[in-house]
Amino acid sequence: MAYSDKVLDHYNNPRNVGSLDKKEEDVGTGIVGAPECGDVMKLQIKVDKETGQIVDAKFKTYGCGSAIASSSLATEWVKGKTINEALEIKNSDIVEELSLPPVKIHCSVLAEDAIRAAIEDYKSKQENKDTEEKAKTEDHAQEQGK
Amino acid sequence: MKPNKCKRPIYMDYNATTPCDPRVVQAMLPYFHEKFGNPASRSHAYGWVAEEAVSKARRQVADLIGASPKEIVFTSGATESDNLAIKGVAQMYAEKGKHVISCVTEHKAVLDSCKRLETWGYEVSFLPVDAKGRIDLEELKSTIRKDTILVSLMAANNETGTYHPIEAIGEITRERGVLFHCDATQAIGKREIDVDKAKIDLLSLSGHKIYGPKGIGALYVRRRNPRVRLVAQIDGGGHERGMRSGTLPVTQIVGLGEACALLQENMKEEVQRVQSLRDRLEKSILEQLDYVYINGDPDNRLPSMTNLSFAYVEGESLIMGMKDLAVSSGSACTSASLEPSYVLKAAGVEDELAHSSIRFSLGRFTKEEEIDVAVGQVVSAVKRLREMSPLYELVQEGVDLKSVKWEAH
Repeated sequence: MAYSDKVLDHYNNPRNVGSLDKKEEDVGTGIVGAPECGDVMKLQIKVDKETGQIVDAKFKTYGCGSAIASSSLATEWVKGKTINEALEIKNSDIVEELSLPPVKIHCSVLAEDAIRAAIEDYKSKQENKDTEEKAKTEDHAQEQGK
Repeated sequence: MKPNKCKRPIYMDYNATTPCDPRVVQAMLPYFHEKFGNPASRSHAYGWVAEEAVSKARRQVADLIGASPKEIVFTSGATESDNLAIKGVAQMYAEKGKHVISCVTEHKAVLDSCKRLETWGYEVSFLPVDAKGRIDLEELKSTIRKDTILVSLMAANNETGTYHPIEAIGEITRERGVLFHCDATQAIGKREIDVDKAKIDLLSLSGHKIYGPKGIGALYVRRRNPRVRLVAQIDGGGHERGMRSGTLPVTQIVGLGEACALLQENMKEEVQRVQSLRDRLEKSILEQLDYVYINGDPDNRLPSMTNLSFAYVEGESLIMGMKDLAVSSGSACTSASLEPSYVLKAAGVEDELAHSSIRFSLGRFTKEEEIDVAVGQVVSAVKRLREMSPLYELVQEGVDLKSVKWEAH
């Protein structure tokens, strides 16, 4: 099977390989896929809380060349976007950009899922924090009311 | 890592096919134009010359497996031989019984022929294998029934190289009066095979796996004790004692004969040389990388190959990374299906490791320096991909991957 030049380029020079600290509040982590299916993608984003902008993105992928290229491209695309803009990235855009053949479309689907999973993780962290803070404020108010 | 000076990738996929030996090509050349006759032409010298060439080749093939020339039927390749053996025997002996035994790790040519029999109302038992790809002989014995007519088991597996104990199998089938078909496509020239010693009744072999041309193979059909009969699958002029009609491809047959003669002459030294290369390849990789597993039976397999699983990297991406190597993968991604190798799965290899498997098969033209280049490429590609692998990262962090709840897609 011949790979497109863009797939080869991402495979040979993957952008943004690595990891961000998943414990950090402003980092969202998405891990999708399963080892037995032959693909696992981990995509992480670091978000500026004020602007909602994704300031950094990293990935690690276990999978075929197209899976590596799809996730590499995904990190490139989400960087600089707000989380809402990033949610608009569609797997079909990845297919088109990398000229993926039909048997490799699932790689692009996985990359889209990884973006969504990372954003969801980030959002749930913020919500938890908000509830925690809210709870703290309420506790505080109650204590003061005593 | 040493650079690969050759422009073409290093060929390590001899189980897929082999280059035609130049001596084989030389032997074939006169039969394209000069000696082009049809061996079935009994009325003139063109035919006689061709007939003579075919007879010589038939003897060369027969000699290699300890058969008589009259027991050799030329076919288009091992796939056809397997089809002819299984379907031909099944149809001929249908009155005796409609039960056939094979194994889950056989080649598709055998498995799919067996599945065809099932659609014809036959019953096929597929023996399971253990973690090394071996069958249980006791299970074979207990699977044979009164209505069993055929046992079809390969001499060496194409993916893992694991040997079936053909001599022990032949002992059992002969005693129980069941025919034994052996697909020896991969084993020929690498493992000593004598049809009398192993009590084989039908044997498939192929030209292009043994440095002969593609499009030619043979089926050995025993003529004595017992005499095996077949229903032809291709009808026509009644060539090959009525078992396989069609004008004999003399050039291909001459090539197959020459290929067999070369093996007969050099097999012992060749096996030793290739095995030492294989051992060097395997040993060097295992020394330099952790989490590498040998698939198949390390103590009882083809001397020319190794099938390795590189945990936490995926096979296709690994092949992409080894740019100067021509190898094959048991990974799903190299085929259109998403299922990893059924041979490895049958041996209980987890899907994840099956996805990470690479088959290195060496042969007559593999050079020592190519082994070193190959090792360098494998090691650096695996290391690079592991740096990129979320699974390797988790394992380094001490996470048990089995404890993770994965979202399969």
